[in-house]
Amino acid sequence: MTIKPEQLRFCESHEWAYVQGDVATVGISAFAVAELTDLVFMAMPKVGQKVVAGQEFGEVESVKAVSPMYSPVTGEVVEVNDPLANQLETLNSDPYDAGWIMKVKMSDPSELEKLLTWEAYQKQCGQS
Amino acid sequence: MSPQLASTPLHSWHQSHGARMAEFAGYEMPIQYEGIVAEHVATRTAAGLFDISHMGRLRFDGPRADQLLDHLLTRRVMDMQVGQVRYSLMCNEEGGILDDVLVSCLESPSGKVYFLLVVNAGNHAKIVQWIKPHLADFPDVEFFDATESTAMIAVQGPQAIEICKPLLPSNAISLGYYKAKVTDQMSKPCIVSRTGYTGEDGLELIVRKEDAPRVWENILMAGRNLGIKPAGLGARDTLRLEAGMPLYGHELDESINPLQAGLGFACNLSDRDFVGSKSIADIKANSPVATRVGLKLAGKRAARQGASVLDHDSRVIGAVTSGSFSPTLDCPIAMAYIHPDMAQSGAELQVDIRGSIVPATIVPLPFYKRTNTK
Repeated sequence: MTIKPEQLRFCESHEWAYVQGDVATVGISAFAVAELTDLVFMAMPKVGQKVVAGQEFGEVESVKAVSPMYSPVTGEVVEVNDPLANQLETLNSDPYDAGWIMKVKMSDPSELEKLLTWEAYQKQCGQS
Repeated sequence: MSPQLASTPLHSWHQSHGARMAEFAGYEMPIQYEGIVAEHVATRTAAGLFDISHMGRLRFDGPRADQLLDHLLTRRVMDMQVGQVRYSLMCNEEGGILDDVLVSCLESPSGKVYFLLVVNAGNHAKIVQWIKPHLADFPDVEFFDATESTAMIAVQGPQAIEICKPLLPSNAISLGYYKAKVTDQMSKPCIVSRTGYTGEDGLELIVRKEDAPRVWENILMAGRNLGIKPAGLGARDTLRLEAGMPLYGHELDESINPLQAGLGFACNLSDRDFVGSKSIADIKANSPVATRVGLKLAGKRAARQGASVLDHDSRVIGAVTSGSFSPTLDCPIAMAYIHPDMAQSGAELQVDIRGSIVPATIVPLPFYKRTNTK
């Protein structure tokens, strides 16, 4: 599958969601990866974990600092990209596909409307 | 809150070369250009170029300048010869550390001997205030704060000296470790010092602020085939941490005394009286309350300042003061203050990283020691 960023929805806090039916695939944006630089660790979510839109589901650590990751949607984690934790460089090369973090079975798909389009997100990053 | 930040004479260079800027000690400083790890590795393997103009540069002139400084510094100053540099602390009467500094004894081109004190940016204003009443006792000592009129640039790494060869007179290139000289570069005045804060060989240059951009560009040009990179405060922090060097506000503050910090070598207690000397002598006679140690952590996560250090029964025995992932050792490292009974090298401890308990081992400081000592 090839995902284009235009097909994604974004949080202001730099996470993205790709929706197929009631499942959202979640990752962090290329902009976030570039801002963090030198990633060394990611605390991954677990299958079965409940996540809430706008709340922390894991954290990513660079040489410089630790940053929380916030879920764009509410629901239950049904799949986790565990190999990513040992290949964080994937986030540099392919943040919107191979760099996915978790898949969430959404309990409230209407939340998606609150997320930013690619265009709006790019505008935010240009301003920040 | 005052949002007005000071900037160094190299500020516009940093901005136009993609540096990520952030506030540090009241200055807007470059944190990184290409990335902390790339800049760190360049400094360990070739050279890094650092703008450290935010550091305070205080000059003391007059025949009794040595007496004044001998009274203010934990390290003996009275016997310093022209060209010598010493690492020292400044303490309050209780022996708490006010700052850690480098003091240099220099000779101007006209033959005047004077002293230069390089203080931390974050302590600059505090130290100037603290010195003032002491200056009143030495009316013949002339004090000049040269921070704003000058810039300070560090070239650090195994290629640092080679890179500077075409730019500096040979008597500056041949300076010994912890030696300094007033000289010139490209016929402009310059103080060269064989010192640094990275664990590598290298030089620190003080130049007039108007000369700084050209000196900076010249060094980058001279080092372009030798792998030099501009490096920000991010890499400066990981480099000094690997080198086991304390940072004020982390390992050092007014609640810490020099003996706890493992800096007893910087206190010359015999035959002299300086601010805090009685307290430090008392502390020396009794046992210390906590000791600075190095920790190597399991896994990939770094323990940051404030993380608790635990013994095997999960009792808190200390706290982390600095921590980062170490690019050279490829594992997380930290410095911490812990109970002295637990501070044996090799001891297996644990660190609480935001709720996760991670195994940690005490290792000797520094974590990294260069092999190309000259």
